[in-house]
Amino acid sequence: MNEMVKNTGLFVLVAALILLTGFTQSWNSAVLILNMGLISAIMAIGVNLQWGFAGLFNVGVMGFVALGGLATVLVAMPPTTEAWAAGGFGIVAALLLGGLTVVAAVMAMKRLAPGRVRNLAVIAILVIGFIVYRAVLDPSVAAVEKVNPAGTGYLGGLGLPVLMAWPIGGVLAAGAAWLIGKTALGLRSDYLAIATLGIAEIILAVLKNEDWLARGVKNVNGIPRPVPNEIDLQNDPGFVESALGLGIDPVTASTLYVKLGYSVLFLIVLLIVLWMAQMALKSPWGRMMRAIRDNEVAAEAMGKDVTRRHLQVFVLGSAVCGIAGAMLTTLDGALIPGTYQPLRFTFLIWVMVIVGGSGNNFGAVLGGMLIWFLWVQVEPMGLFLMQIVTAGMADDSGLKEHLIGSAAHMRLLTMGVILLLVLRFSPRGLIPER
Amino acid sequence: MEFLNAIVAISNYVLIPAIAYGSQLALGALGVTLIYGILRFSNFAHGDTMAFGTMITILVTWWMQSIGISLGPLPTALLALPFGILGCMALLLFTDRVVYRFYREQKAKPVILVIVSMGVMFIMNGLVRFIIGPNDQRFADGERFIISARDFKAMTGLSEGLAIRTTTVITLVTAVIVVAALFWFLNRTRTGKSMRAYSDNEDLALLSGINPERVVMYTWLIVAALATVAGTLYGLDKSYKPFVYFQLLLPIFASAIVGGLGSPVGAIAGGFVIAFSEVTITYAWKKVLKYLLPENLEPNGLVQLLSTDYKFAVSFVILLIVLLFRPTGLFRGKSV
Repeated sequence: MNEMVKNTGLFVLVAALILLTGFTQSWNSAVLILNMGLISAIMAIGVNLQWGFAGLFNVGVMGFVALGGLATVLVAMPPTTEAWAAGGFGIVAALLLGGLTVVAAVMAMKRLAPGRVRNLAVIAILVIGFIVYRAVLDPSVAAVEKVNPAGTGYLGGLGLPVLMAWPIGGVLAAGAAWLIGKTALGLRSDYLAIATLGIAEIILAVLKNEDWLARGVKNVNGIPRPVPNEIDLQNDPGFVESALGLGIDPVTASTLYVKLGYSVLFLIVLLIVLWMAQMALKSPWGRMMRAIRDNEVAAEAMGKDVTRRHLQVFVLGSAVCGIAGAMLTTLDGALIPGTYQPLRFTFLIWVMVIVGGSGNNFGAVLGGMLIWFLWVQVEPMGLFLMQIVTAGMADDSGLKEHLIGSAAHMRLLTMGVILLLVLRFSPRGLIPER
Repeated sequence: MEFLNAIVAISNYVLIPAIAYGSQLALGALGVTLIYGILRFSNFAHGDTMAFGTMITILVTWWMQSIGISLGPLPTALLALPFGILGCMALLLFTDRVVYRFYREQKAKPVILVIVSMGVMFIMNGLVRFIIGPNDQRFADGERFIISARDFKAMTGLSEGLAIRTTTVITLVTAVIVVAALFWFLNRTRTGKSMRAYSDNEDLALLSGINPERVVMYTWLIVAALATVAGTLYGLDKSYKPFVYFQLLLPIFASAIVGGLGSPVGAIAGGFVIAFSEVTITYAWKKVLKYLLPENLEPNGLVQLLSTDYKFAVSFVILLIVLLFRPTGLFRGKSV
């Protein structure tokens, strides 16, 4: 019972912190923190599945999050018909050819007897396949990117409702995770870490460079939203009347209404994911995962297929990160590849999981909300601190200017300190695994 | 003549940049591999260690430039380098004392140390951004070229120019000196030998009376020197931006793993393998082919296998190939 009280207290504390933001700063920023905190909590559950349940060290979270974002564009944006006519099918054909080449190479590798003949055959398949692939791809890409480059210049999406992008983002991330897991999971833990770090950078490089896919660094803006537009609400007399009735300015009321709409959607997804993760943890499957984590050799001796189980949980965790990534892009309403940074999207999620308590889903949720709150609020706090420190200095001093200007970088420092303190003094996190 | 032009073009755009980049990667990978061999974990903070050491070097360089100290044609940063190394050593010994020692005494699992190094990475990254800011910094001075492309054309009469930049030569010379000194230290001195013994078999080394704390301290000192030299050379050759150093982590790890984690020779070989493949695959070969092929066969496109932005993909693919077919790396590193 005591533990229950403590855990509830921690969640109440986070809620109080967010409410405090609402009272002292603005309700808009409070709800924004809540929304991002909910998304972060889902990402943290995904990483917790991999690390907390199975002990897999994935530092490519950013890549799966970005894939989820890509799914939002591919699902929700209207298709660019001219671009499809110009070269869309060429691109699809090229991608199929590229896939066939890889499959053929793998088949050759498996079927032929080891030796020089096999090596030469595999290399020949890859080289010829690559040349054909580029020959088909390049002209189509050029044609697609030539279609109204300032406005579209990409293939567009399927024009489906944006909410469908969330599960599809999960599927996309799961597919990528399967490919990586298939190659890297049999190897040692450090190698998996480096492999995932690399794959995240590659996914990001693809997003930034393949303009035909999602406009690259030109960004995709104006992704359809699952909630009404602020402007429509403000023009709706009924809404304005009820806002005034509540004594809120209609503009503020409309922004709050939209953000709270997102909060409800995110909360539903979080609860579903959390429920599923809890069920998985309690099931025989979850106990097996933890047995494998704690002693791989013993679990293997008991007849558990360690590599397969690892692959399974790696794919599942990455899918959850992909769903969260799709939600994030939906909230932003734009896919901006330049904003994906490993410190923010990979390592910060890790801080959330470790601080919350690895192996405990509620811990992951708590860590996600709490660390996101700190990540946002450390900046004003740092600024405040710097203003106190520099209060005695002359106004034109270069040091004062530098210190106040650098206050924004305090957040990285703070996150590092928090992570190290938790690891040192409470290595099992705020809500330890049971 | 055409053939000579082709060779000059290859040297100018592929060989020389790859050699310089390879030396920088090799120095970085040596640091990673030493930590892996002695302390037995993958240090995610290595890129930021490089950024920190380079930052101190840059600050001292600016101070020297402001009071008029210079090395003439050579960059002032070479004079400031020892100060950068000292600063980096102080920081690493401090982190070891405050952070890593605790986990060593606990005999924590390697993966816990990796997570700890993630925390250190955050702190170092924050420190660097706090002190020098996240922007590009220029600190190179002195002569830019030993031979500029125009001089080379005038000298040889070829239509293709070959530029040899001062920073390239400095990188190469410094890297050779540092690597020679490191191998002399590891193979000839008592401390170096005890380090290798500790890396090979911890229990035996302890039984024969080697003081582990001393070995660890020397490791951090050497790693600080290697990281600062690597970072400063990279900064001189290209430019200094903290985030780029963080991103260097991937090719550096790839070099160390391709060579075989824990093997110093492997780290150097791995650095060059990664650098050469990155540059060759992302270079547009049109220029070279134009010289080599008869006129009617000249390519229309750039003949670039992958665009430059995919250079991470190159190190990654090589890493995967090596891991799949030779999991301990080219030089038989260790696996924990």
